[in-house]
Amino acid sequence: MSSEQQPFITDESRVVTKTRDSRMEGQGDRFNSRLREAFGSSPFILTKFDKFLNWCRGSSMFMLQFGIACCSIEMMHTYAVKHDLDRFGSGVPRASPRQADVMIVPGTIVSKFAPRMKRVYDQMPEPKFVVGMGSCTISGGPFQEGYNVIKGAEEVIPMDIHVPGCPPRPEALVYGVVKLQERVANGEAAPVTVKPYELEQFSDLEQDELVDTLVDQIDEDELVMRYNFADSP
Amino acid sequence: MSLEPLDSPDADVVPDRTPEELEALLGDLVVGRDDHLNAPGFVIRPDTVQETLSTLKSEAGYDHLSVVTAQEYENRYESIYHLKKFDDPTQEVSVVVPADKDHPVSESAEPVFRTADWHEREAYDLIGIEYDGHPDLRRILLPETWQGHPLSLDYDQNQPQIASLPAHVNPIQEHHKDAESDTMYLNIGPHHPATHGVLHLKTVLDGEQVVDVESDIGYLHRCEEQMAQNGTYRHQIMPYPDRWDYISAGLLNEWAYARAAEDLADIEVPEYAQVIRTMGAEMCRIAAHMLALATFALDVNGDFTATFMYAINDRERVQKLLEDLTGQRLMFNYFRLGGVVWDLPEPREEFFSNTRDFLDQLPGSVEEYHDLITSNEIFQMRTIDTGILPPEVAKNYGATGPVARGSGVDYDLRRDDPYGYYDELEWDVITEDGCDNYSRLLVRMQEVEESAKIIGQCIDLLEDWPEEERNIQANVPRTLRPDDDAEIYRAVEAAKGELGIYIRSDGTDKPGRFKIRSPCFSNLQTLPEMANGEYIPDVIAALGSLDIVLGEVDR
Repeated sequence: MSSEQQPFITDESRVVTKTRDSRMEGQGDRFNSRLREAFGSSPFILTKFDKFLNWCRGSSMFMLQFGIACCSIEMMHTYAVKHDLDRFGSGVPRASPRQADVMIVPGTIVSKFAPRMKRVYDQMPEPKFVVGMGSCTISGGPFQEGYNVIKGAEEVIPMDIHVPGCPPRPEALVYGVVKLQERVANGEAAPVTVKPYELEQFSDLEQDELVDTLVDQIDEDELVMRYNFADSP
Repeated sequence: MSLEPLDSPDADVVPDRTPEELEALLGDLVVGRDDHLNAPGFVIRPDTVQETLSTLKSEAGYDHLSVVTAQEYENRYESIYHLKKFDDPTQEVSVVVPADKDHPVSESAEPVFRTADWHEREAYDLIGIEYDGHPDLRRILLPETWQGHPLSLDYDQNQPQIASLPAHVNPIQEHHKDAESDTMYLNIGPHHPATHGVLHLKTVLDGEQVVDVESDIGYLHRCEEQMAQNGTYRHQIMPYPDRWDYISAGLLNEWAYARAAEDLADIEVPEYAQVIRTMGAEMCRIAAHMLALATFALDVNGDFTATFMYAINDRERVQKLLEDLTGQRLMFNYFRLGGVVWDLPEPREEFFSNTRDFLDQLPGSVEEYHDLITSNEIFQMRTIDTGILPPEVAKNYGATGPVARGSGVDYDLRRDDPYGYYDELEWDVITEDGCDNYSRLLVRMQEVEESAKIIGQCIDLLEDWPEEERNIQANVPRTLRPDDDAEIYRAVEAAKGELGIYIRSDGTDKPGRFKIRSPCFSNLQTLPEMANGEYIPDVIAALGSLDIVLGEVDR
C-alpha cells in the first residue's frame, strides 16, 4: 500500500480483505505518453506541447452514448435543448466506444452488466475519462442492499468525477462535466485505482467451491467476473 | 355462456359467474379456497394447471393472464396465476398452485397462455419453482451461472457469484456462420443506441431477414421486489416505484403501489387528493409518451436534430410543471398512502395559468409532430405494415397499454377498472386497428391529447375547490400493519400498460411478498412475433414502437 500517495486514507487497519487492498493500490498517470517515457524528464518543448494537447482535449470531448438506467433520461435532457451540453464543447454523443473519450455512467450496475460495461470501457481509446452520474455509481445508491447490485461503478472501472443525486439534475451533470474538462485541461489526472472486480479467464480464478460447481457450465477460456459480495463496502 | 362486453364503466358490474359457479365449473380440480381481497382464489393440484387454466379461459372467458406470482412459505412453495378478462378487468380470479417444499415442481401454463413463458422463467429464477413442460426453463434476469434463488427463504446474499461474458458476443468470428446455411448470428446490445437501455437481442439473420430474435434481459435487474419487501408500507416503499418506469412516469407507478396498499389497508383517499393525483398522473403520461415519440423518431428517422429536440422541449415544459407540483424533476415521491404529500404550489393561480399555457400550446405541437413524422412518407414506409401484432396474439402474450390498443384491443384500466377521478371526467380510450408500428405511435400521440383533456378538467375542478375542503391526505396510522396473510393484486394503467402490484402481508409493517407486474415485461415478450420474417430495420422499429423501459422490464 502506498499510503503517502493516498492522503485521504487515514485508517489502514480497516483495510482487511484482498479486494479492499487492491482498491487502494496502484496509480498511473494517464497522460504519460511513449514519447515522454523515451525522453525521461520533461523538456520544455514537450511541456508546452502537452499543455496545448490537454487544452485541446478538455475543450472538445466526445461523449459515449451510453444509457443504463434512470439517470440516462436526465443525461438525454442534458444533451438536448435547454441544457445543451454542446455549449461546453462536449455535447456530441458517439454511439461507438472507439470514437469516444468520455463515458458518463448513468445508472445502476448489476452483476450481469458489469462485465459488459468493463468491455465497453476497455474499447475506448486512451486517454479516457469517466463521469459517474448518480448515487448508484457511487455506492449502489438506493439499491445498495440488492442481491444483484454492484456497490458502485468504481468496483469495475476507474472514475474521475462523481456527480451525486438520484438522479442529478442536468445542471449538476453539466457542472460535473465542466469540472472534468477543467481538470483535463490542467493536466490533472485522477489516480487510477485498481478495481476489485476484473474480467478474468475462468481457468485463472482461484479454485474454490464456487468454481468447482461451475466447471461444467463455463469454458476454461471464457471471460468471467467474480463478485465477492461479502467484501463489498 | 354470455360474453357480452360490458362497456359502461360506471355501472356496477355484475360478475358473469359468481365464485361458487366458477367452483362448480372447475369441479374436482379445486381442492380448496384461498380468496384474495381482489378475487376468489382456487387452490388446485400442481399437475392440473393447464386443465384448470384452459377451462377458465375457454369456458368462463378469463382470457388475460396478468401475472404469475411465485413465493415461498415456511412449509410450501406457491405459484399464483392472476386471471382477468380483457372485456372486463374487474372480473378476476386467482389460481393458487402450491408445490412441494423439498422438490417444488408445478405444471407449466405456457401451452394455455404464451405469456406464462417469461413469467414462469422469472419465478424459477428468483424463487426456484420448476415448471414441468415449460419449453425453455432457464434463468431470465440473473446470469445463468448464478447460485441460488435470491427471493427464496434460505438465500445467502453474501455468497460470491460469478458472471460470465460468453465468447459469442463477438460476431466477427468465423464460427458464427453456420456451416450448413447462410444464416448469421448478430448481437444487438446490451450497449446499443437502439435498444433503449440495456437490452440484448440475439438475432439470427438469413440475408437481411430475421429468422429468430431472442431478447436477453436482466442487465438492469435492481432487485426492486426485494427492496420493496425490505421497506415499510408507510414511507419506505413509495420512492422505489418512481424508479421502475423512470421515463417520468413516476406518479403513474406510485399510484400502482398506492392503490394496492390503500386497498389492502382499507384507506379512503380524499376526493381532492384524487383530483391532484389524476392531474399529476396524466402529466406524467404526456412526458412518457413524448419520450416514446422522440426515441421512436430517433430509431426510425435517425432524427436527432428536429423531432427529438422538439419532443424533449415539450417534455421540459411538462417536467417544469411537475417540478412545481412535486419538487422534483424525475423521481417525484409525491404520493403518500391516503393522498399526496402536499397541496398545489402557491401561488395557485400561477400554477393554473402555467398549466393552461402548456395545454394551449400542446395541440399546436402535436400538429407539428404530425407534419414532421406521421405524414412523412419515408416514415410511413418504415412503419406502416411492419411489426404486425394481431389482437389475438397480443392478448395471448398479455400485452397491454398502447401496444394492445394499437392492435385494436379496447382495454384501458382507467375506464374499465376505474380508480382516482377518471370516471367523473370526459375522455376517450384511443384504439387503432392497424396492428402495426404506425398504429402504436398514433395511439400514443392521440393519448397525449386525451391526457391534456383530463388535465384541463382537473384544473377546472381544482380552481373551484372550496378552500376549507382541500384535504390532501386521509388519516393514516403512523405504522401500517395490515392483517396477517391478506393478499391483493391491484393494477393501474401506467404509461406502458397494466402495472399491477401483488402484496401479501405477513402481519408486520413490511410486505411478506411484493410482486410487480410490469407491462413492459409482457410487451417485450411479443417482439419475436413482430420481428420474425421481417427485415432487420423493422426489428428496430418494432422495438421502438413497443416503447419498453428496461428498468421496468428487469425491475
